[in-house]
Amino acid sequence: MKVIVNDERCKQCGICAVNCPKKAISFSDVINMKGYQPAVVDDALCIGCGICYTMCPDWVFEITGE
Amino acid sequence: MAVAKKIPSILSKQISFCPGCGHGVVVRLIAECIEEMKQEKNSIINVGVGCYSLMTPSVEIDRFDSLHGRGAAISTGFKRANPDTLVISYQGDGDAYSIGIGESVSAAYRNENITVITVNNTNYGMTGGQMSATTMPGQKTTTSPLGRNCQTTGMPMKFPEMIASSFPEVAYVARGSVTKPAYVNKLKGYIKNAFEAQMNGEGYSLIEVLSPCPTNWGMSPVESHERVNGEIEAYYPLGEFKLREEK
Repeated sequence: MKVIVNDERCKQCGICAVNCPKKAISFSDVINMKGYQPAVVDDALCIGCGICYTMCPDWVFEITGE
Repeated sequence: MAVAKKIPSILSKQISFCPGCGHGVVVRLIAECIEEMKQEKNSIINVGVGCYSLMTPSVEIDRFDSLHGRGAAISTGFKRANPDTLVISYQGDGDAYSIGIGESVSAAYRNENITVITVNNTNYGMTGGQMSATTMPGQKTTTSPLGRNCQTTGMPMKFPEMIASSFPEVAYVARGSVTKPAYVNKLKGYIKNAFEAQMNGEGYSLIEVLSPCPTNWGMSPVESHERVNGEIEAYYPLGEFKLREEK
């Protein structure tokens, strides 16, 4: 796993999905405690570049560095 | 090879900003810079009045909610009492440029050794999106329902340019944005420069950040980023207006 998603923090703003260079981010069908559908990272497409970490205003993503 | 990136440990709880708000990125960059400079136990963040007052429970360093607009004046007091402490005044455009313009300019005029970070979202976000000094020409807000008329209200204020041209002795002045990955990385460099200038005793440093306000602009977060990258960035150019001098 290249990216840890703290899905309880996600507010589904979509900024990560727009900026992801590999379009690896989509939104889950499961609703979190805030009532949003949190981001999900497709591990097969993800290259661990960290742009989601850089752009996320809610500190959802952490890059493991693997 | 992916580089590991961890949320700074001083950001414990989540902040309750609207989805897509730019404040979260700025707060994280400040926390990253504080952590990299190992100043967690030696810094005060002085927060003005605005949406960003919500960040005080989440940032686990010394912090203070100052009077509306008086962030620069209160930071002056902190800095003079504790000259070795990293003092950050975090304000918004309404706080720093409208109600507190006197204090903001005076701190730069005295070349006070503090860092002022102002987040410009072109309206008064907390109170419901009224017109501020930085509202763009023609922008509709709750107090300018037909769009801002610059014939009667003047053109939007460019505070960093004003400080850099009026007070050439200040240490560092820059404007950044949070709407593209490259801009965020640059903004982190600006914030780090400002903190280093302060810790070296070089004097006043100011960073303005262009930030989207999707809720009050009536846009989706992605549309609001596009607006910042287009219309707003064209009027408020990004970059450094006063570079640090080698001492």
